[in-house]
Amino acid sequence: MSETDDKHAVPDMPDTTGTITMEVARFRPDRESEPSWDSYDVPLRKEWAVLDGLNHIKDQLDGTLSYRWSCRMGICGSCGMTVNGEPKLTCSTFLTDYAPGPVRVEPLANFPVIRDLVVDIEDFMAKLPTVKPWLVSGDEEPAEDSEYRQTPAEMDDYRRYSMCINCMLCYSACPVYALDPDFIGPAAIALAQRYNLDSRDEGNEDRRDVLASAEGVWACTFVGECSVACPKDVDPAGAIQRYKLTAATQAVKDLLLPRGAR
Amino acid sequence: MTTKRSPEPFAWLLFSSGGMAAAMLIPVLLLLFGIVFPLGWLSAPSHDRLAAVLTHPVTLLVLFGLCVLALFHWAHRFRYTLYDGLQLRKAAPVIAVLCYGGAAVGSVIAAFVLIRAL
Ligand code: SF4
Ligand code: FES
Repeated sequence: MSETDDKHAVPDMPDTTGTITMEVARFRPDRESEPSWDSYDVPLRKEWAVLDGLNHIKDQLDGTLSYRWSCRMGICGSCGMTVNGEPKLTCSTFLTDYAPGPVRVEPLANFPVIRDLVVDIEDFMAKLPTVKPWLVSGDEEPAEDSEYRQTPAEMDDYRRYSMCINCMLCYSACPVYALDPDFIGPAAIALAQRYNLDSRDEGNEDRRDVLASAEGVWACTFVGECSVACPKDVDPAGAIQRYKLTAATQAVKDLLLPRGAR
Repeated sequence: MTTKRSPEPFAWLLFSSGGMAAAMLIPVLLLLFGIVFPLGWLSAPSHDRLAAVLTHPVTLLVLFGLCVLALFHWAHRFRYTLYDGLQLRKAAPVIAVLCYGGAAVGSVIAAFVLIRAL
């Protein structure tokens, strides 16, 4: 669209280039035992994300559709769904990219479905605190007005992993998690590394039992799909590989060195 | 969450160093003996010279290391291919023994072949 077109565009009636069909997975456990599909035609507007299409359905066509969303700007991490087979944030995935359609929207894979597009995230919520994703400090309480200073280089060590928004697209993409639900999973490990690599943190040893267990990094077979799916470029696969080296080095030290020297 | 010591880190160290050694050495060997020498970009070493290099204990040691690491790299990868790819998790212990055992047998054979070249 050119500049002049923009000026004349009526705000309430944005450019519509026809419609697109959205095929939406429905599951109403009170009424049916198996998921089914409903099709809806929604306006195909260039600035409409998949989430806008769902909101149109809910507001105009079928108020019974259930799904999660909040911020509409890729920050809250609640709108993750499977769009045409891939885990996506629906607020940052545009309908025009799927034209002429249809667009298939399903709940995130690898999680139990509660209703329609809403999944049960309890498993992730239970695993997350086991890696202590917070700054663990030694016994000494800092004085009231003290600061923990950090250089930009120290911050760069963990910055990438701090971008995680807990959207769980990485769990949905992970074939290991699909096969082994006990796997602690990509985001939890990336978040553990976010603190492990923070110069202010002293929790490495506390996190080790969980991270270096069979259900921690060693469950990962480096498929790498988590890093492909991540909308925030966190690179959980890289975080896991990096911790494998840390854990392996530690295991060798445990084997070779007497207790005191580790 | 299990916290018991697992041998996994050691298998993984062999796996990753095997991947690294294979990725660094094998393309060089293929390039030299598959392309550079046959096309005459560099003059190929004479048979005597090559035989001397190949039977040198250091070369044999390097080749032995490469064989062992590459075999354990294969064993680890193949183990997971069987576990996850073919969904054989129940047979996990048997698969692990067969894969790493296979790599160990392969290493012994490699040692045997290399020692005979001495
Ligand atoms: S690592 Fe990426 S994909 Fe996984 S939860 Fe965090 S932001 Fe989402
Ligand atoms: S609605 Fe918040 S990330 Fe999509």
